[in-house]
Amino acid sequence: MEAARPLPQADLADANLAFVRHLQPVPDLRPPLNGAGEERAPSIAELERWATVLRIECVRMLAVAKSGHLDSSLSAADIVSALYNRVLRHDPSNPKWHERDRFVLCKGHAAPILYAALAHHGYFPLEDLMGLRQIGAHLQGHPDMTKTPGVEVSTGSLGQGLSMCVGIALALRLDGLEDTAHVFGLLSDGDCQEGQTWEAATAAAHYGLRNITAIVDYNHLQTDGTTEEVMDIGDLRAKFEAFGWDAVEIDGHDMTAIVEALERSRTLDRPAAIVAQTRKGRGVSAMEGRFGFHGKPPTPEQADEALEELMAKLEEQTAALEAAEGASEEGRS
Amino acid sequence: MAGKTEPTATRNAYGEALVELGKRHEDVVALDADLSVSTQSAKFGKAFPDRFFNVGAAEANMMSMACGLAATGKRPYCSTFAVFATGRAYDQVRLGIAHNELPVCIGASHGGVSLGEDGASHQMIEDIALMRALPKMSVIVPADYNQAYRATLESYEMERPVYLRFGRPATPAVYDEVPESLGTGVDVLREGKDITLIATGHMVWRALEAADALEREDGVEAEVLNVSIIKPIHSESILESLAKTGVAVTAEEHRVVGGLADAVRQVAAEQHPVPIFAVGMGDEFGVSGTGEACMEHFGLTARGIADRAREALVLKPIVSHPPLLGKEWT
Repeated sequence: MEAARPLPQADLADANLAFVRHLQPVPDLRPPLNGAGEERAPSIAELERWATVLRIECVRMLAVAKSGHLDSSLSAADIVSALYNRVLRHDPSNPKWHERDRFVLCKGHAAPILYAALAHHGYFPLEDLMGLRQIGAHLQGHPDMTKTPGVEVSTGSLGQGLSMCVGIALALRLDGLEDTAHVFGLLSDGDCQEGQTWEAATAAAHYGLRNITAIVDYNHLQTDGTTEEVMDIGDLRAKFEAFGWDAVEIDGHDMTAIVEALERSRTLDRPAAIVAQTRKGRGVSAMEGRFGFHGKPPTPEQADEALEELMAKLEEQTAALEAAEGASEEGRS
Repeated sequence: MAGKTEPTATRNAYGEALVELGKRHEDVVALDADLSVSTQSAKFGKAFPDRFFNVGAAEANMMSMACGLAATGKRPYCSTFAVFATGRAYDQVRLGIAHNELPVCIGASHGGVSLGEDGASHQMIEDIALMRALPKMSVIVPADYNQAYRATLESYEMERPVYLRFGRPATPAVYDEVPESLGTGVDVLREGKDITLIATGHMVWRALEAADALEREDGVEAEVLNVSIIKPIHSESILESLAKTGVAVTAEEHRVVGGLADAVRQVAAEQHPVPIFAVGMGDEFGVSGTGEACMEHFGLTARGIADRAREALVLKPIVSHPPLLGKEWT
């Protein structure tokens, strides 16, 4: 594997950018958690706060990179927060730990949300995030397993990810890890337009894989318009069910529902699909649910406005958590 | 190691060597897309049913699954016809396997027009070009059963993406036994001073026959090279022969664009430009017929190679010249 090179900080020094004042580290309540250790599982409120942190990082990265898919990353933030902070068994100090759970970002264009989660778990330094899509930096436009620690497989060509998940799940089963190591794939609605996804769905059911979960970030917007206009993929829950999967549909921004669905999916005797109804650009009012932002980076003004909104949200969530903690301590004393 | 002396298909060697690999290495897994009897991977499936995955008619899924398997520590061998392995699943091979430099071997059978009756839809004549163009992908085309057996065993040791091309018909033995190794991937099968015949796959035994005919009928001493590793091509071996003879004919069961002809011409054009004529498929698709009739139809025969060599020999004194760089590059 090619060694990750340190990132030139040139763009950060560009003080004319309106959003630069937002580039200080996000205040941490407590370090993020992972399932590998003995830590207490983070609460729903904490997971929600972490989702905001990830969203803030995405806006910053895209504003600096001036390139990438912001709205596609934002719609997945809650799911990724739940996975990395609570559901996945992983060990950032040993990214190649063979018994770990695997997360595959099938919708590779949402790379920023994956990078934000990996950086906050210490797979690489936080400052690397600002190297996104820049020459000489390791954070590629789409996830690259040969360059970035923590990226399980390279993705970016829609439709391939779920097949890769099937391959990983089979390999883990051959190694006798079917009941410990689980594979989670995060698909887009575009992934579900690709025929290959349904080849993979057929195979997962045929092989009776019970260590695979496909989560669809069904945000209903794609490059050329709404999925209903461009190519309606209809009732994905019914489709996965027809392919022999256990399938549930949830609100992809309801953290309690996300965590429940993910944890339940580990316990099933067949492949599990979670169709998460989401809104593209979630968390940034100017973008949320609106067409026209796919693959377009925010302007400095848009980034500034978005960060203003997200920082306010973060402060609110932080204050609520601190108040709750204070109350519980008072209750104990 | 003893091999086969009677005509045998290279795909048979793949199937048998795959079983041997399975015995030696627990991490070897095999995948096929509903052609396992044709590709011979069914032999592996019979010996190691737990490590064999028939994905049905879903080649794209097979290649991406191989990526996932390899990323999790397995050594996948993916088999199907060459046309589906490279054409249908190109993007999957490209991103999941080649880009990631994962140790996945693609055992593609039924390459070229010699598969015969199924016709143009199945006769893959541009797979070598596609796989050569892919960064990080090695391309191997063995000449007979014995070399195909070695190539399959050796692919495991390469620990990188490898494209192996095999054929449908029984093909005469070029090697008396299973060779010790593929070596540089360029073997001098016959020495000569007048012209170099550079062949790969099913055209190698035909090139040897052409050399016999040239000696018998024209008194020409042809040197015959078997190029089994087309990428990365061992340029020194090619240049050494070109420097000696000053003219060459390449022969492949493939388009003359992007295949062996272009690989050799690239080496020559940069380092020792001499006339290089090509025997292969022109700007056309295959047709139905018996395998041998198809080879005849497109001039992929010993006579085709010999005729092209005669044309080349006419031009040789006009355009060929001594080595530009002397001996240093050898």
